Amino acid sequence: MKRVSFYALVWLVVLWCLAPFLWQIVTSLKTNAEIAALPVTYIPRHAGLEHYDALFTRKPFARYLLNSFVISGTSTILCVGLSALAAYAVSRLRMRGSRLMLAALVVISLFPPIIFFFPLYEMMRAAGLLNHPLALIIPYTTFNLPFSIIVLATFFRGVPRDIEDAAKVDGLGRLQILWRIILPLSTPALATTAILVFIFAWNEFLFALTFMTNDRAKTITAGIATLSGTTVHETPWGPIAAAVVVSTIPLILLVAIFQRRIVQGLIAGAAKG
Amino acid sequence: MKTRASDQTFGALLISPAGAFVFCIAIYPIARVLWLSFFAQNLATSLQPKFVKIDNYIRLANDGHFFATLRTTLFFTFVSVVIELVLGLAFALLLNQRFRGRAIARAAMLVTWALPTAVLAWAWSWIFNDQFGVMNDLLHRVGILARPIAWLGSGSTALFAVIFADVWKTAPFVMIILLAGLQNVSGELHEAAAIDGANSWKRFRFVTLPLLMPSIMVALLFRAIQSFGIFDLIFVMTGGGPGGATETLAIYTYNTYLRYLDFGYGSAMIVTSFLLMALCATLLYWPLSRTRGAQFATE
Repeated sequence: MKRVSFYALVWLVVLWCLAPFLWQIVTSLKTNAEIAALPVTYIPRHAGLEHYDALFTRKPFARYLLNSFVISGTSTILCVGLSALAAYAVSRLRMRGSRLMLAALVVISLFPPIIFFFPLYEMMRAAGLLNHPLALIIPYTTFNLPFSIIVLATFFRGVPRDIEDAAKVDGLGRLQILWRIILPLSTPALATTAILVFIFAWNEFLFALTFMTNDRAKTITAGIATLSGTTVHETPWGPIAAAVVVSTIPLILLVAIFQRRIVQGLIAGAAKG
Repeated sequence: MKTRASDQTFGALLISPAGAFVFCIAIYPIARVLWLSFFAQNLATSLQPKFVKIDNYIRLANDGHFFATLRTTLFFTFVSVVIELVLGLAFALLLNQRFRGRAIARAAMLVTWALPTAVLAWAWSWIFNDQFGVMNDLLHRVGILARPIAWLGSGSTALFAVIFADVWKTAPFVMIILLAGLQNVSGELHEAAAIDGANSWKRFRFVTLPLLMPSIMVALLFRAIQSFGIFDLIFVMTGGGPGGATETLAIYTYNTYLRYLDFGYGSAMIVTSFLLMALCATLLYWPLSRTRGAQFATE
């Protein structure tokens, strides 16, 4: 009996976590008539993919997806690359002020994006970058640097110094040690960091909403916000549900494949914060 | 052996690219906001900056709307963070057990955390829809509601709805942090306490909870700061409405900049609310640093 109620509780928690998303799947498969029908149906009577079709034919949804992939991907590569260099310096070289620098990074990473959005908007406008992928790539790279430097520095500290010393004896230069010894040994850490940065970049909303005003420049998060219908009162719930499902599939795949990594990375980032 | 000085130079070289990004994209904007907050730059000045000393701050001190949004923000932060901590702790205690299907339960929570807030906010406005929303339907079916509620249409229910959605979205984050903390709590202490006759509640209260305190403080600090700057969820679900009932500081600031084009005033608003946030964070961080200092004294 105790066992049964325990498992009931577990499944209740799983249902609670997934319910809003499952409801979007159900809604996205219904016809417009069924979406606006009472009583609410829990299994679509005439399931169809018309809303998915509408996304790609009536809206540049493929374009939003592409933009999100390009922007998040580029930011991830840039951010992890720059962080690896900085994290090596912070964790392995005897430098004055590196602790202070890490503390400053933590503080900056805690600031909410609303603080930065207007000056950045001014800068991007002055540089002519509004509606250009760089307008998002640059801030996404920057604001994920503190987190990735902290996570990578934690992992680099765990690489035994003996290996590095042996490489020095073999006559490897310092950049070579970083490139040929430390980085290959830290592949799991680099992957962890990259996955998390990608998720953060994919999910960002405020900068995407304000810097990308042209429909073809928008990312997923900002694009869905502009799916709204012809009038203010007519919200197209079907296409929105389809958009929610499509735009979250890449993240669900990431989580499904890299569960363990994500948990480790988050803990490393938070514990040092 | 390499010398200290060359470590310093090489290190500076490695840090400089990341440093340049942080300086231009994070530090310069902070300075720029601080600078702008002493200028009037709005439609009345034809968007030209005009130095006005501390006039923006004086105006802010007399802005009832600012204080109303500050109250809403603090209320939202307090209520949602408290519920998230309790729920996140419950999730963590659950996942700390060994059972079949634990991986699935953890994946479900992780998915919730990983999904974009701005996108899932649409899912929640649909759930809370007044006519066809599933929330009304479910509550009606189990006999709690006689007639549908316009959740996002009236002040108190709208605030409840956004808090509900925020709790759903972020309790898993708290769970991740606390689960890591729980796994550091040794089984030996529990056994010792059990031998001394402590029941499971007492073991939780006097063994687990004190050892978990540092993790709880970390989760609390992170969540409180993020909640204080909440924007995307509310922007999508209610836009701050109805009648400003869910308008947080970030929404008011956003509107001041982009709707009223009042750049100087918006900047003063950011500086003020940021200083308030820093003050709260320091008050939270102080006990945190003490508990952590005790635990990691050997490090």
